[in-house]
Amino acid sequence: MTDTATSPRPPEELDSVVIRFAGDSGDGMQLAGDRFTSVSAVFGNDLATFPDFPAEIRAPAGTLAGVSAFQVHISDHDILTPGDAPNVLVAMNPAALRSNLGDLPRGATLIVNADAFDDRALGKAGYASNPLTDGSLAGYRVYEVPMTSLTQEAAKEAGAKPRDAERAKNFFALGLLSWMYHRPLEPTLAWTEKRFADRPLVAQTNILALRAGWNFGETAELFESSYEVHPADLAPGTYTNVTGNTALAWGLVAASQLAKLPLFLGSYPITPASDILHELSKHKSFGVRTLQAEDEIAGVGAALGAAFGGHLGVTTTSGPGFSLKSETIGLALTLELPLVVVDIQRAGPSTGMPTKPEQADLLQAMYGRHGEAPVPVVAAMSPAHCFEAAIEACRIALRYRTPVVLLSDGYLANGAEPWRLPDVADLPDISVTFATEANHTGEDGEPVFWPYLRDPETLARPWALPGTPGLEHRLGGLEKQDGTGNVSYDPANHERMVRLRAAKVAGIARDIPPVAVDDPSGEADLLVLGWGSTYGAIAAACRRLRARGRQVAHAHLVHLNPFPSNLGDVLSRYRQVVVPENNLGQLVKLVRAEFLVDAQPITKVQGVPFRAGEVEAALAAFLEGRRDQRGNR
Amino acid sequence: MSDTLAPATTRKDWTSDQEVRWCPGCGDYSILAAVQMLLPELDVRRESTVFISGIGCAARFPYYMRTYGMHSIHGRAPAIATGLALARPDLDVWVISGDGDALSIGGNHLIHALRRNVNLTILLFNNQIYGLTKGQYSPTSEVGKVTKSTPFGSLDAPFNPVSLALGANASFVARTHDMDRKHMMETFRRAHDHRGSALVEIYQNCNVFNDGAFEQITAKEARPRNLIPLVHGQPIRFGIEREKGVMLDGQGRARIVDVADVGEEALLVHDERREDPSLAFMLSRLAEGPYSPTPIGVFRAVERPDYGSLMDEQLAGAQDRQGPGDLRALLHSSPTWEVSA
Repeated sequence: MTDTATSPRPPEELDSVVIRFAGDSGDGMQLAGDRFTSVSAVFGNDLATFPDFPAEIRAPAGTLAGVSAFQVHISDHDILTPGDAPNVLVAMNPAALRSNLGDLPRGATLIVNADAFDDRALGKAGYASNPLTDGSLAGYRVYEVPMTSLTQEAAKEAGAKPRDAERAKNFFALGLLSWMYHRPLEPTLAWTEKRFADRPLVAQTNILALRAGWNFGETAELFESSYEVHPADLAPGTYTNVTGNTALAWGLVAASQLAKLPLFLGSYPITPASDILHELSKHKSFGVRTLQAEDEIAGVGAALGAAFGGHLGVTTTSGPGFSLKSETIGLALTLELPLVVVDIQRAGPSTGMPTKPEQADLLQAMYGRHGEAPVPVVAAMSPAHCFEAAIEACRIALRYRTPVVLLSDGYLANGAEPWRLPDVADLPDISVTFATEANHTGEDGEPVFWPYLRDPETLARPWALPGTPGLEHRLGGLEKQDGTGNVSYDPANHERMVRLRAAKVAGIARDIPPVAVDDPSGEADLLVLGWGSTYGAIAAACRRLRARGRQVAHAHLVHLNPFPSNLGDVLSRYRQVVVPENNLGQLVKLVRAEFLVDAQPITKVQGVPFRAGEVEAALAAFLEGRRDQRGNR
Repeated sequence: MSDTLAPATTRKDWTSDQEVRWCPGCGDYSILAAVQMLLPELDVRRESTVFISGIGCAARFPYYMRTYGMHSIHGRAPAIATGLALARPDLDVWVISGDGDALSIGGNHLIHALRRNVNLTILLFNNQIYGLTKGQYSPTSEVGKVTKSTPFGSLDAPFNPVSLALGANASFVARTHDMDRKHMMETFRRAHDHRGSALVEIYQNCNVFNDGAFEQITAKEARPRNLIPLVHGQPIRFGIEREKGVMLDGQGRARIVDVADVGEEALLVHDERREDPSLAFMLSRLAEGPYSPTPIGVFRAVERPDYGSLMDEQLAGAQDRQGPGDLRALLHSSPTWEVSA
């Protein structure tokens, strides 16, 4: 057969569809979803994904705790989120059905692996009766497919043992969905052969399962129709499909090239940040040094040591590790050396829910250090935007000789979207100049180097690298005398240094773009202010409201410290300011304190991102006055 | 380091303009002097020499050196120095630490720097007390130590820094003391010239909070009795008449013996280059504390690839195979597709 085989009935055309693959964490759902996504990306759909998996490598099989899911939204137009609710749920076992059914709207399509619904599995999932037979799924279009046995049957040809063949059932599901949505098989066939080149039996088993799934769709009289989602009409250019962590890692490599400095990553593995370490460790041909340090503190310490030596020093982590790095960030701040600290936020406090996203580290990024210790904070707002945000964080760090916190989260980190690749020649020059000679005349009339003489414009101090003759100097955590950098306990000097360090960071506002406001009609009274990964849900909610004739404006912050210089003006132009966040209201506190504006929060802390529909409903409530000025319903 | 010889210098060239502020009589002064007097003897340059310290009395050291330096965070100097040494293999990176800094709050970083064999010269000023915080017991204090924080005596067993370093498979481990400048300079020279991590424990007197902690070993009159000099290739002997020695007994344990009883040929000949660290470890356990005969000198000096060189080899290998990194190619490394206007 070929991947263009026609189905007996002409396909129905859809403008978009949301599919969720759900199964046990050992069932390969992430792989199936990822393959479906890659093929859809190359096919030209716009898309967004949301992988959702447990922290346990192998939670007890068949239990609710072990369910792993991957949601992908494919569309023939530009979309912003992985979709509010699946149109199709693939459930590989009863636990996957039970834990995902609540998200499935009535009338949606449900494809279940019928083989997995035996008494034991039903019991493990907590079902007293079989939902396939007790009528509880009456509102859905249910397709019962014996995926396990069909896969085993198909794999016989390759000589796979039934137990091994059973593991290929995710490829069966992928084949079936590929038929339903007219995805070509070739890319996955080629990928499978390459991926399992050293295990031909596994490759063959997976290929047979994939084809069996496709053929089942085509020949079984079960399905009313197949569907087509045409390529999206995106801006012209070359696209690739990218996750946030990959884009962020590439952004760091790009920043190193643009700065003409070697990249040094000191990092300790932590979910969901580890993939950045993995990705960067591959790129040694770019001169990237990666150190898997003994702990979080050593990771940031080594990065700071490398920065002292003239490298672009970076450390990557998530919440718990970010806490451990606080003291070193404070040191970098007072040494006034460039350092980029990447925090891929996850649900906290403490270990919290490591694989689930949250935006609750903003105030820690802003204030989580002892003493007066301001640092610039930059936040990425979509998976692809992580590339640009990484370059911007490095630019600020290098130009102002300061640690910069770059915030992403688990949603951006593992989510994927098509990315229109930038022309490398268009990327900014962020190169730096090192001090090479004395910058002051000493009391004896001899030229001397003062490490804390500042550039009058940026207030940044000179960066003199060890190895430079004549500029030998000592840095330290003790308070420094303005100019000389010598240890000083002088009270007035301390106040001057505290204020200088704060003024340096505040002055970055002159060097960042003003925040853009999306207010197409110019008639909105309500401004939605967001930051980070809520971008997609907020923008989609605003589109929906506008389609219903409501006026709302949207501004999204990339720079959280300092704020863009026009933010105060923007906020003052709107009667209502509403701030959706995946925390209990952190940005809203900052803007209320900074601008004395009565901004109101919309909050969600469930370890899952906002759905566009949730934001839409909350905004509608504000528009209709169903929420008062305190945000109460 | 450049190919040409470093210019001739004197101690003054290595001395910063900052006033030294240790307590009068502190052992740190003699260690500082030993380093400042050694550096002119080495083929090194001021601009390529970096001292990194953590927190504690000893950690003020970099301020007094006219080199590059960083006074960093309590315990973290080995981590920061690791980053610098990996980024800049051309530099001479020294770590200055104390017993609290290196073995308590920073114990983890120390053992990992040693196991990785990062090219660092680590001087551990051991005075068996917390000085900067004014007199609490330290992780090297003897059991039962009465201090401000242990009025009824400390309960925890101390670390032996040499044993700890050997356990971490450090490639160079030595011990010296602040009462013998010549021995310090010679030991620091060996440590500096060693490629990889070199750890030197320095018995250092804190005359304010722990005066005389090492005098049973280091005082001139005590040395013949209790200081066991370790000399590579020589039988291990000590004593006023060199009448004592160290031998392995029938069960393979190191023991102090009278040479007259066993004969010189029975004595252990010190071999610092032995790959297996067990003998060096046994020597490090010979004394329970600095009040009975204690070996001083180089315990171990073996060759092992240093981490920075291995890392640079990986980078060079990748560049040989793939050519220098091409950003455009990286961005296009996953499947791409074109959208036309």
